[in-house]
Amino acid sequence: MMHPQSGRSKLKPIIATFVIALILSIIPLSEDLRFFRPDWVALCLIYWCIFLPNRIGVFSGWAVGLVTDEITGSLLGQHALAFSVIAFISIQLQHRTRHYPAWQQALNVLTLLILHRLLMHWILGITGFPPNTLLYMLPAIIGALIWPLFANVMTNVRQRYSIR
Amino acid sequence: MAVILSITIMVFDHHHRQTSAVRSGLSVLIYPVQYLVHLPIRGSEWLVENLSSRSTLAEENKTLKAEILQLRVNQQTTLAVEQENLRLRALLDSAKKIEERVLAAELLRVDMDPYQHQVRINKGYSDGVFSNQAIIDAYGVVGQVTHANTISSDVMLITDPSHAIPVQINRSNLRTIAVGTGHVNRLYLPYLPNNTTVKIGDLLVTSGLGGIFPPGYPVGTITGIEQSPGQPFAKVLATPIAHLENTRELLLVWREDLEDPRDLEDFSPEDDIELSLPKLNLDMESLQNEGSK
Repeated sequence: MMHPQSGRSKLKPIIATFVIALILSIIPLSEDLRFFRPDWVALCLIYWCIFLPNRIGVFSGWAVGLVTDEITGSLLGQHALAFSVIAFISIQLQHRTRHYPAWQQALNVLTLLILHRLLMHWILGITGFPPNTLLYMLPAIIGALIWPLFANVMTNVRQRYSIR
Repeated sequence: MAVILSITIMVFDHHHRQTSAVRSGLSVLIYPVQYLVHLPIRGSEWLVENLSSRSTLAEENKTLKAEILQLRVNQQTTLAVEQENLRLRALLDSAKKIEERVLAAELLRVDMDPYQHQVRINKGYSDGVFSNQAIIDAYGVVGQVTHANTISSDVMLITDPSHAIPVQINRSNLRTIAVGTGHVNRLYLPYLPNNTTVKIGDLLVTSGLGGIFPPGYPVGTITGIEQSPGQPFAKVLATPIAHLENTRELLLVWREDLEDPRDLEDFSPEDDIELSLPKLNLDMESLQNEGSK
């Protein structure tokens, strides 16, 4: 019985999902729509932390955050910090979250995404000029709303490539 | 661990700018991703350009020819004025005018953090781009380079809330500072006194103070003045002249008088403000004296 799961070969689809998330987060949108764009990379990270906690963890979150920092032109370490924190919390909560119904997962994700935005806002506040509008939390809400659909797609990907 | 590491990196990136090696490495890593996003959009634009009909092209050709004619006429007088200016400068024994060199760069069609007014261009350190280099477009000042990476650079627009640019009012030579508001097409001039002589429609040009932006480039036009007697300063708003929203080609400016343009690397926007503040205070004092007389 083959169990073809030596880690390396299965890393590719995971990296691919992160790359797609990065692409989605920089595709040019119109001036107004930009504020509605969910944090695709954060969603992706939370998903993998919940469903693949032994492969994706705090350090992966940190590395992905660093790349996100560079690609969005923010302060180097800003996303890295926020992503490590939400990766840590999602891993702590993964045993419960994994078995929740989709809407309850979405609520969990909402909390994580809001925490992510708050951390980012806090860093912006320390280093310069924080955006003083509640619009800043919008991506978190949009992210939670699309979570059921997103998780569904990701589960399909996961089963297709039988990533465990 | 990761948290401490991130905080350390942030502190270094914010204060010392010593992370440029890391940033450059990462930027090379993500360049393919950016290009993947940039290419289809650029391609579709190219397609539209190439599929435009003959009549449109003829029309465009006509307007361009008319425009060239107009510019040629302007050029003739400019040459005469330049000669005169040189003669006068020689008479006054003043320093010779600084020459500037420009290079065209293309905007990468990618979105960045919507709360920071930044764009990314396809020229980097390998093309001689340096931190704090001034960026203009065909109409006026666009911003300055914040990070010069190997093959791409980040540009902070003049409308970013953390950006300030030393300007002077073209009509009265009054020097002041224009800061970004976070809104595209709005700049704010917070340091003009209530009895200011500014009028709506006045042109703002770079003053050259602070050493980042070469003098004389148009920045914006005054669009709103609100004077309230209770406040020490008037509320003056301006609109940038550069087409910040829909520009595709940008120009990088080098000043030829500098031995090595990288000498300027230690400047940051904050230094820029500090450098030009004394001048500004002087101006305001003299203005206030005038007002009290």
